Amino acid sequence: MTKAELIEEVSRVSDLTKKHSEIIVDTVFKSIINALHRGDKIELRGFGSFRIRQRESRKGRNPKTGERVDVPAKKVPYFKPGKELKELINQTQEELAPPSPAEL
Amino acid sequence: MTKADLARVVYERHGGISNKEAAVLVELILELIKKGLGDGEKVQISGFGTFLVREKKERKGRNPQTGEEMIIRSRKSVVFRPSKNFQNGFS
Repeated sequence: MTKAELIEEVSRVSDLTKKHSEIIVDTVFKSIINALHRGDKIELRGFGSFRIRQRESRKGRNPKTGERVDVPAKKVPYFKPGKELKELINQTQEELAPPSPAEL
Repeated sequence: MTKADLARVVYERHGGISNKEAAVLVELILELIKKGLGDGEKVQISGFGTFLVREKKERKGRNPQTGEEMIIRSRKSVVFRPSKNFQNGFS
């Protein structure tokens, strides 16, 4: 699914124009980015949370030359899926699993 | 920031919809992403990042409370890869 497909679907379900749906979808993602830049944590119940994680500096290698380089410490955005989302993506797997002997 | 805060931003920036409608739209957007991931699709939002469903292998773990060894079954998880311009804002 791409952003264009998401906008299309929002427009179809909500009856808003595509243009308006696009503005709303963009606003949602921009707001999340802005909040993280401010140092805020974003918690979207049923979906998951976004926060900043600190990565320590480390020694790496330039994969082309094999040369050793220092990779500086940095902050990266991190997404943690919520309980409901985790359950949803694991549902099919559990449903397809053979029944346990107790259930037979 | 919560869903309600997101809805308020959507409401404030765009005329023509009520605060309540903004909340419904935020929920709709999240539900559509969830549905895509539930179908095993990857969800690619340009300028933001990509959500992917990843298979995690079965491994041995321990119950942190009892110290008892147990098997953690293979399962799926969602990983998020931020797009470059999202990432760059922090360095």
